[in-house]
Amino acid sequence: MKRISLRKMAKNQQGTITAVKVAGDLGRRIRDMGLVTGTEIMIQGRAPLNDPVALRIRGNTLTLRNNEADHIEVEVDE
Amino acid sequence: MNKLTLALTGNPNAGKTTLFNALTGARQHVGNYPGVTVERKEGEYKKDNFQAVIVDLPGTYSLTAYSEEEVVARDFIANEKPAVVINIIDAANLERNLYLTSQLLELKIPLVVALNMIDVAKDRGIDIEVAKLAALLGVPVLPIVARTGQGLDALMTAAQDMVEGRIAPPDPAKVKISYGEDIDQTLLLMTDLIREKALFGGKYPSRWIAVKIVENDESLIREVAAADPDLGERLKIEADKVADHLMKTFDTYPEAVIADHRYGFIKGILKSGIITHHYDKNRLYTSDRIDKVLTQRFAGPLIMLLTLFSIYQITFSLSALPIAGVETVFSWISTLVDGLLADGALKSMLISGVIDGVGGVMGFVPLIMLMFFCIAILEDSGYLARVAFMMDRIFRIFGLHGSSVMAFIVSGGIAGGCAVPGVMATRTLRSPKERMATLLTVPFMNCGAKLPILALLIGAFFAEHQALYMFAFTLLSWVVALVAAKILRMTVLRGAPTPFVMELPPYRFPTFNGLMIHTWERTWQYIKKAGTVILLISIILWAMMTYPGLSPEKKAQYSKERAQVNALYESDSEEATKLFLKIDNQQQALTLRNSIAGRIGIAMEKVTWLSGFEWRTNIALLGGFAAKEVVVSTLGTAYSMGDVDPEASTSLGQRLARDAAWSPLVALSALLFMMFYAPCFVTVVCIARESGSWNWAIFSILYSTTFAFILATSVYQIGRLLGF
Ligand SMILES: Nc1nc2c(ncn2[C@@H]2O[C@H](COP(=O)(O)OP(=O)(O)OP(=O)(O)O)[C@@H](O)[C@H]2O)c(=O)[nH]1
Repeated sequence: MKRISLRKMAKNQQGTITAVKVAGDLGRRIRDMGLVTGTEIMIQGRAPLNDPVALRIRGNTLTLRNNEADHIEVEVDE
Repeated sequence: MNKLTLALTGNPNAGKTTLFNALTGARQHVGNYPGVTVERKEGEYKKDNFQAVIVDLPGTYSLTAYSEEEVVARDFIANEKPAVVINIIDAANLERNLYLTSQLLELKIPLVVALNMIDVAKDRGIDIEVAKLAALLGVPVLPIVARTGQGLDALMTAAQDMVEGRIAPPDPAKVKISYGEDIDQTLLLMTDLIREKALFGGKYPSRWIAVKIVENDESLIREVAAADPDLGERLKIEADKVADHLMKTFDTYPEAVIADHRYGFIKGILKSGIITHHYDKNRLYTSDRIDKVLTQRFAGPLIMLLTLFSIYQITFSLSALPIAGVETVFSWISTLVDGLLADGALKSMLISGVIDGVGGVMGFVPLIMLMFFCIAILEDSGYLARVAFMMDRIFRIFGLHGSSVMAFIVSGGIAGGCAVPGVMATRTLRSPKERMATLLTVPFMNCGAKLPILALLIGAFFAEHQALYMFAFTLLSWVVALVAAKILRMTVLRGAPTPFVMELPPYRFPTFNGLMIHTWERTWQYIKKAGTVILLISIILWAMMTYPGLSPEKKAQYSKERAQVNALYESDSEEATKLFLKIDNQQQALTLRNSIAGRIGIAMEKVTWLSGFEWRTNIALLGGFAAKEVVVSTLGTAYSMGDVDPEASTSLGQRLARDAAWSPLVALSALLFMMFYAPCFVTVVCIARESGSWNWAIFSILYSTTFAFILATSVYQIGRLLGF
């Protein structure tokens, strides 16, 4: 197990969110959309220019930009 | 008796609009909330002995003050106290949807939950124990399929029961969400303070206010400070204390802790055997398989371009016939008026002012309808979200949003669009600053009405490289629009980018009904709003180009010329017709020169000589403000003056090429100016509507005209220096 930033995750890699380190509007938005500590996610794919990224979360799909993904820390299997 | 009000709330894409349409049918009314651009939709529901006004609140994920939508939804619930709030949730995305529900429960309002999309959930192998869920939430939960109408009667019966007191409103004791020891302690303290002072006269529950303050909800904190500054101060101190503590001990924010606990509460409910997944949660559904192709690195952008291009093709080619039809109708009315009325000011005003003006607006209607129909398909099917996903990286560079692409394409990104539907297409953008920047820059694109001007001037002055010039000007319009957006975003529209955290909803087949309602709603607003203002403006422009008219002596002179023609030729002969036409043209041109517009045009030469325009061009540009199509016809009138050779039936292009006031350099300068100066008036009206203020519309006129003038002048002056 190790902790990495969501931006670093590879396609199809799974992980569990351990922290969302941002306050304000962006933090609120991220949490409102269900990205909170303990949530399991999987990288579903990336846009043609590698950014934004699409995540699988609770059977649904969310997208966010790489610089937004930076604030999210994820625990992944090696 | 006041009519009962029911409010609909729910996450975007939960099916709220579908439910609203199913409940109210055609009895709808769309308006705006005062001061903001959020749409307010109202409709009437009527069944047997139950009658209510249903208000469709904007779709939100939460009740914080993240966006205008959320503030509107919250204020409506708090201030207008709807008899029942119906919270529609997506059964296939239960956890996330219950996040809003948990906040509504804390507001302690009469709540009924509509569990929508149970058909989708079933397909995905998700089973939900509805009765148990209702018991745990403490409110009625009714399974429905908004799309087919299944379960709607039971839903409305539950709402009626709650209104008439047969079902008790939610039990606060049941839904007290714990936020962890530290926050709970603080909340207790704050709740007491709030209760003591009876803040807001009990409009909101005390604990809810406390939670919002700890969550650092700026809009509510401001409200509290306004109502009771002293109390606001004390509450803020408590909130800051716990925030400090959490930061020190756990390295986290109170907002994060609160959100975590809300999701914890939801998880707790779902864990108690309410939901069973028959398949693996991360299983890929059909929708995801479609996405594998449609957002693929190479195929994705290609398919997107093809889709956008074909929409463009479809709308502009299919609308050609109906537009011609509308134009025929108006020219027929015109002829009718022409025959019925005697020559004079009234007739001229009716024909050139009213009928041409209204006709010009109505001529757009088929185009707008088709465009909105196509956009509605993209929107309702979920593809638009993918377009935003793919384009975001590029548009973000210019301070825009992935969803801006649609508006740019529609406005003429591929030459020949129209800024009116383009401006209206920005409605699908949910980020206010990016939306405004899009709104203000899409008129730079080469719309269909600018094409005749381009064709005329390029044909007359740069005939050898026609295609090249056309392409270069299309490209230039993109560059200018995007750079202008960037500049706006760095100045008047400065601000951090709106987060892109967005849902990619599963692909769905749009329903015909939904598409029709979407399309008609927007079209009707266009007809209504643009139609009234445009009518006024076109009458004003008509007057400016007609009055004060020619002196009696001049008029007499033209009558004499006509009489001479009559004396020389048979009245129906070819020569006579030709000569009459020539006299008419000259009279028109002279009237124009003498008119208010003509005088303004001459006065404007004091400035416009800098970019090489003489008064005739100025009048055409002035007319182009009513509609860009007018530029060519006004140039035609203005440059028909003084043409002495009756045999020379030269085209306007040839005439311009021969005119001493024109040169390739002037043409280039004029082209640049016409591409980028003030948008036409219909567009301006739409900008005012969409931005919610005339200030933005006026700003749009001023900044684009200034920009165009500087550009044209620089090109002209530098060209002169270089000896062109
Ligand atoms: N299968 C199925 N589809 C539904 C149901 N209800 C709505 N839909 C579809 O879901 C899509 C989204 O529905 P809308 O009513 O536009 O959703 P909304 O919540 O108003 O979304 P916004 O307009 O984005 O706020 C549409 O394509 C509907 O046809 C349902 O019960 N079952």
